[in-house]
Amino acid sequence: MAYLQQVLFLIVLAIAGYFIRKRVIRIKSNILLGKASVINDHKGDRLKNMMLVAFGQKKMFKRVVPATLHFFIYAGFLIINLEVLEFIIDGLAGTHRIFAPYIGGLYNVLMNFFEFLAIAVLFSCFAFLIRRNITKVPRLQSPELNGWPRLDGNLILSIEIILMFAILTMNASDQILQTRSEHYTATGSLFFSSFLIPLLQNISTPSLEFIERFMWWFHIIGILGFSVYITYSKHLHIFLAFPNTFYARLEPKGQIVNMPVVTREVKSMLGLPTTEVPAGEPGRFGAKDINDLTWTNLMAAYSCTECGRCTSECPANITGKKLSPRKIMMDVRDRMEDVGKSLEKGGAGLNDGKSLLGDYTTKEEINACTSCNACVEACPVMINPLEIILEMRRYVSMEESGAPAQWNSMFQNIETSFAPWKFSPSDRFNWSKEDK
Amino acid sequence: MNVPTIADLIAKGETPEILFWVGCAGSFDDRAKRVTKAFVKILNAVGTKFAVLGNEETCTGDPARRAGNEFLFQMQAMNNISILNGYNVKKIVTACPHCFNTLKNEYPELGGNYEVIHHSTFINQLINDGKIKMTEGGSFKGKKITYHDSCYLGRANNIYEAPREVLESLDADLVEMKRCRTTGLCCGAGGAQMFKEPEKGDKDINIERAEEALATGATTIAVACPFCMTMMSDGVKNKEKEGQVNVKDLAELIAETQGL
Repeated sequence: MAYLQQVLFLIVLAIAGYFIRKRVIRIKSNILLGKASVINDHKGDRLKNMMLVAFGQKKMFKRVVPATLHFFIYAGFLIINLEVLEFIIDGLAGTHRIFAPYIGGLYNVLMNFFEFLAIAVLFSCFAFLIRRNITKVPRLQSPELNGWPRLDGNLILSIEIILMFAILTMNASDQILQTRSEHYTATGSLFFSSFLIPLLQNISTPSLEFIERFMWWFHIIGILGFSVYITYSKHLHIFLAFPNTFYARLEPKGQIVNMPVVTREVKSMLGLPTTEVPAGEPGRFGAKDINDLTWTNLMAAYSCTECGRCTSECPANITGKKLSPRKIMMDVRDRMEDVGKSLEKGGAGLNDGKSLLGDYTTKEEINACTSCNACVEACPVMINPLEIILEMRRYVSMEESGAPAQWNSMFQNIETSFAPWKFSPSDRFNWSKEDK
Repeated sequence: MNVPTIADLIAKGETPEILFWVGCAGSFDDRAKRVTKAFVKILNAVGTKFAVLGNEETCTGDPARRAGNEFLFQMQAMNNISILNGYNVKKIVTACPHCFNTLKNEYPELGGNYEVIHHSTFINQLINDGKIKMTEGGSFKGKKITYHDSCYLGRANNIYEAPREVLESLDADLVEMKRCRTTGLCCGAGGAQMFKEPEKGDKDINIERAEEALATGATTIAVACPFCMTMMSDGVKNKEKEGQVNVKDLAELIAETQGL
């Protein structure tokens, strides 16, 4: 009987581990559908970005209220997980609060601190639920959030609230049991959970033991279940924000990625010396589907938590146009997930007759972009939706010749008059001869 | 107004300190041409030895690249680079943030390496060096000016303060719009939008921005980009405020106070 709980715990841990591993492999291979690019320059700057932006939440603090609430949840997540470590050791070893005897008085201080964080997390989650559903912050109401994305957001917050309640209830019943049985290690008084003691005081010892165990199991299964859930959710940003900030572009925001394939062709057209043409498929110009984007573009889509700061700063979106940078990132992710699911079932994968451009994102959306970089600036985890938009424009322009008619005229003007407007090139210098 | 072309200068055995890249708007657009001339007058007044390419200049390719036509962009870039390198150009100043961004950030990968300076930074430097002497209590003293950040100067290249310092030197009352610096709202013309009608929406971007600029109560909206100039002027006209509110480039404001 004594080992039953441990065996059960091991089974639960193994099941969670199995599903998490499966999802991690899936997500990784989805990301690797993107084009390879080796990024190993400026490691110091990249590390600095990761520490400041992901670990230090620097860009979050452009909006102080949500940043502070988010920081509570973030700190809670990082630090309360120390307690999860104890849960896991206790679960496997069949012990109870294994750290308590070793660290003495510090244990009480730590537990009180964890409880404080649990309360801060509770407060923030409630505040976020209110912002999402009652005060209806505009950027959390956009049409692209209808259905699963909105439910996902609310589910995450609700699960976190339940988990925090479980911890506090467990600690409260544990505190009562400490006065009734030797088995329960003394933790000293725990401030926040003490408020729950009056509610539990009159419950019989066996029932209380059951409540304590139930909450313990509920919390740890909850956390493990949540970990599996996260891999299907926008909440994956808690892990991928770190590599995403590390691999984010360091060049000035105005600089568009060069296309060496085109450079080679243009050089040979102009009779300039070119480098050897590498063997293999020439590949597409620009991006029609996710495999035309780089793996960093695809990882960015998994790092997106759909906060909508990008969209709320987008001039096209502000003035009622179809473009939403957040939706672009959600489209990339949806496409990856659909392709991944198909591959898992041995299906067609990328060759299912669909593509990112056309079936997920429309030309109307990408044509509305002013390339102003507001979305890039706004993203708290350094996602660059603009890069993806421009790659799709390249596909439309170069592979389909499907750019808007007025752009085609502009291209023609540049080709024939060397200016985007139809002026004679010989008139270019006339201004110098005009008075005033 | 003295505007030497680089070909003439070199023929005379002289080399300019800087090449002034005029840009297509600065060459052909009537409103932007006034900015070009104002900047030339400043250069003449301070005695900077400069030259322009004249008829040898062509589009940098910026709108083509942003609209997705990479071939056209690179054709333009390679041609311009061969001309610039042929004249052994080292330092370029331009009044167009789009030309600035492309020349500075996108030409190096194609073999064009120059020191590229936007005219707002250049003018600010002239003021700091005492080459342009600002007098206290000029014609803008106490007048409300608001500055509209160009995306291609600001977010794209982190130039936020130089244009503001130039405006502060006018002794004017610089008021900021709600969306400024890193959160500045686009005029609506970047990313090749200048060359097509906007997509369907509730409102045009330049109208939204003009409303915001007018809400500051400023009598002058300062810009540092020919596209912003067009978009903001149209926005102000749309709101029928062109009688009360001016849209002016930094170079024009400085030339004006200097009586050039």
